[in-house]
Amino acid sequence: MLAFRLRFAVFRRTAPALLVTPALFALGACAGAVPEPTPDDAAAPEPVEVTNVIIASTTSTEDSGLFAALVPAFEDAYPQYRVSVVAVGTGQALEIGRSKDADVVLVHSKADEEAFVAEGYGEERLDVMYNDFVLVGPPADPAGVAGGADAVAAFTQIADGARAFISRGDDSGTHKKEMNIWDATGITAPGPWYLSVGQGMGEVLTMASEVEAYTLADRGTYLAMRERLELDVLVEGDERLFNPYGVIVVTGAANLEGARAFASWIVSAEGQEIIRTFGVDMYGEPLFVPDAR
Amino acid sequence: MAVFIEAIVTAVRLMVGGSPELWNIIGVTFQVAIVSTAFGIVLGAPMGFAMGASRFRGRSVLIALTNTAMAVPPVVIGLIVMMILSRQGPLGSLGLLYTVDAMSIAQTLISAPIIAGLTSAAVASVPYKLRLQARSLGASRVHEAFLTLREARLGVVAAVAAGFGAVVRGVGAVMMVGGNIEGQTRVLTTAIVQEARRGDFGLALALGVILMAITFGLNGLITWYQHAGERWERGASA
Amino acid sequence: MTVQVTASGLALRAEGVRKSYSKRVVVDVDRVELAPGETLALLGPSGAGKSTLLAILGLLEKPDAGQVFLDGRPVSARDRGARMQMAAAFQSSYLFKGTIAENVAYGLKLRGVSRAARASAVAEVLDRVGLGGWEGRSALTLSGGEAQRVALARALVLKPRVLLLDEPLSSLDPLIKSRLSQDFARIIHEQAMTTVYVTHDQNEAMAVADSMIVMRDGRSVASGHVEDVMGLPPDEWTATFLGSEAPLRGVVTSSADGLLGVDAGGPVVYSTGELEPGTRVIAGVRPEDVLLFEAGAEIPRSSARNRFDGTVVDLRLWGVMYHLVLDIGGARVASHVSRSSVREMELAEGSPVQVVFKATAVRVRPEAAAHGRAGTAGSRR
Repeated sequence: MLAFRLRFAVFRRTAPALLVTPALFALGACAGAVPEPTPDDAAAPEPVEVTNVIIASTTSTEDSGLFAALVPAFEDAYPQYRVSVVAVGTGQALEIGRSKDADVVLVHSKADEEAFVAEGYGEERLDVMYNDFVLVGPPADPAGVAGGADAVAAFTQIADGARAFISRGDDSGTHKKEMNIWDATGITAPGPWYLSVGQGMGEVLTMASEVEAYTLADRGTYLAMRERLELDVLVEGDERLFNPYGVIVVTGAANLEGARAFASWIVSAEGQEIIRTFGVDMYGEPLFVPDAR
Repeated sequence: MAVFIEAIVTAVRLMVGGSPELWNIIGVTFQVAIVSTAFGIVLGAPMGFAMGASRFRGRSVLIALTNTAMAVPPVVIGLIVMMILSRQGPLGSLGLLYTVDAMSIAQTLISAPIIAGLTSAAVASVPYKLRLQARSLGASRVHEAFLTLREARLGVVAAVAAGFGAVVRGVGAVMMVGGNIEGQTRVLTTAIVQEARRGDFGLALALGVILMAITFGLNGLITWYQHAGERWERGASA
Repeated sequence: MTVQVTASGLALRAEGVRKSYSKRVVVDVDRVELAPGETLALLGPSGAGKSTLLAILGLLEKPDAGQVFLDGRPVSARDRGARMQMAAAFQSSYLFKGTIAENVAYGLKLRGVSRAARASAVAEVLDRVGLGGWEGRSALTLSGGEAQRVALARALVLKPRVLLLDEPLSSLDPLIKSRLSQDFARIIHEQAMTTVYVTHDQNEAMAVADSMIVMRDGRSVASGHVEDVMGLPPDEWTATFLGSEAPLRGVVTSSADGLLGVDAGGPVVYSTGELEPGTRVIAGVRPEDVLLFEAGAEIPRSSARNRFDGTVVDLRLWGVMYHLVLDIGGARVASHVSRSSVREMELAEGSPVQVVFKATAVRVRPEAAAHGRAGTAGSRR
């Protein structure tokens, strides 16, 4: 794990803001190392020590563009923190949390997250939001599953017709969701029509489009790539397809303060509002449903 | 440190245990590497020979192109091949994307410039007069070319090994055009990426150990061949 | 052995061959002719175009202009059948990686000779070049002299119609060189092989060749039988290159019983030959044939017809000898004298000496015919 430690050590560095993100601050501040004063302490501008908060999340979350909306808002609210997002698979994200190479974990695999907390690696799992998965496939729909709302029935039809199905096969939240549904169908030994590729959501959607296969995708990534794909949403709305996201502060994180600040901010009214409206302007519908309690 | 020893142990266990998945991955790795190196030789060696051994119009342009091609990142080659083989691409109707053939095509485009460039350098080190000598003994152009390649064979073998090595080690292009499909287009490097992504660093490292063992074995074989050849040339007697 | 020469009987002939590299003319030679069995030396300083001319004659390079004929038939570099009748060895031996046997058998293999026939031919030729039994050795372990023997064997084994040797000895040290040049001459003459031999060393040329072409800046400046060219270089540059003085110019004044008197602008020089009085001629004598005696010393009885009182005009080292230029009353000849003789006779510029040489040592040619045919086949030495 040496390589990873080395890599993340770079993100972890505590440094004057100008050194961390020169471009951003050069635009805002005119006097070099002194950041723009916030309204509260306008009278006495002092150099704020900016520390880095590392969030381990999944590629699908990153690919949706959600972080691009969340991170600047958080940093506006807490100028003493800068956020770095490491987007990997769910398994790797949790692994990075276990090794304390990340401060916060934001993933979507509830059982794994609960185990992570139970094993003492995380402080507490907080519900953040959910999105849903959709079964997408070629518009011609050779398996004839279009319009259904029963994911298990649709999967069974695909298997019975031996229609090409691409699986993420990477232990991601999406992959685990898919496995849950296959478990429900009772099919244990798929044939050569079942292609396990161990790649990210974007790659899998591209492949499915290329080889006219079915796949299970999170709605966000699908919507973001819809224009370039020859894939339609065929099955949606099944409760089994809901995908809850949780945020966990890593126990003993290097930047524990920052981690806690991010976790409580994202479940606050402010963070939840950003999630509620995210994606509407681009896709005409929200990608995530906030569900923090 | 423990994690590395563990990886080596895992690697040995995997090899000895002989899981069919692993052998399939190794098999596909070799299949792609051998096919693409072979085509790399067919394309690259004559080009390298021409660049290294003869003077013709456009030679310097060809050399510049080869050097550029050697420097193109494999993912870019993968991207280009993917776009060509994609359903919307010019050769989409062949249905080659995400097959072993697609991987072999991309890897050939990676190995050929390497083989061409290094063959050219090896061949250029053979004196022109030696070819003139062969010609004066009745050699045709083809004989001359074979003799030159034979004279430069240590360098040519190194060129082929470099081509093979680049193909065996490469990941970007095969991931893009092969798709890392389990049991079909998954090779050692893409399997490593996948295992690292899912957080199983131990298994990823074990696969890395296997890949390194293959590369070391190959390099050892070539080094042995080169040394044996040189020893004989310099010192042997009947 | 005397060889009857007609144009069609020539083994190798070239006409008007010209070759330039990036506008610089490297070869521009009107005629080259070799009778069967003749050895022609191409002699000249480096950069004179000798090797390029050899490559053109050997069909290894295409001339820009001109034509090569093999046994009267026009041939070119494209004509592999013609190339198959030739074989070459170069200054660096350019042995191929592999055994000596593989090297020597290379050309035989290209000619489809069977394995058994190859083996016996290789054994035979290695014997002849003094390397019998060396078949299995690696070619890259040989010394320079051994490598050159292999290179020669590799060409000889093909029994070529024309053998081409490009400075085959010049990379060797003097002792091996002199031994090998005698060996090469013997082997070439035993085989009676038509040979073109490039060298910048006149002694090597003398040892090996029947005829020679002296080249300068791509052109032939002198050609003919070796002894004729060496004995009477046609101009000053050639004479200096070959280690003698510029030819004497004069008129035949007497001709009787095969003895010619030539007025060389002052002294009358005697030579052998038959020419009409009044003929304008050039004449020359090799420095080795010119003897010196101290002024006033008694000259031993001899048949030498030419005796002059002369003066040393110039003296300089020429290898292990001194090259002396002597004025004999209006004409100049050269003499080669050992260092010890120069010391004993206390010779210096201006020293008076007696100059003696035989009439048979003086070569005379009518001025018009000064430029003989290149590579004239003549009687063997």
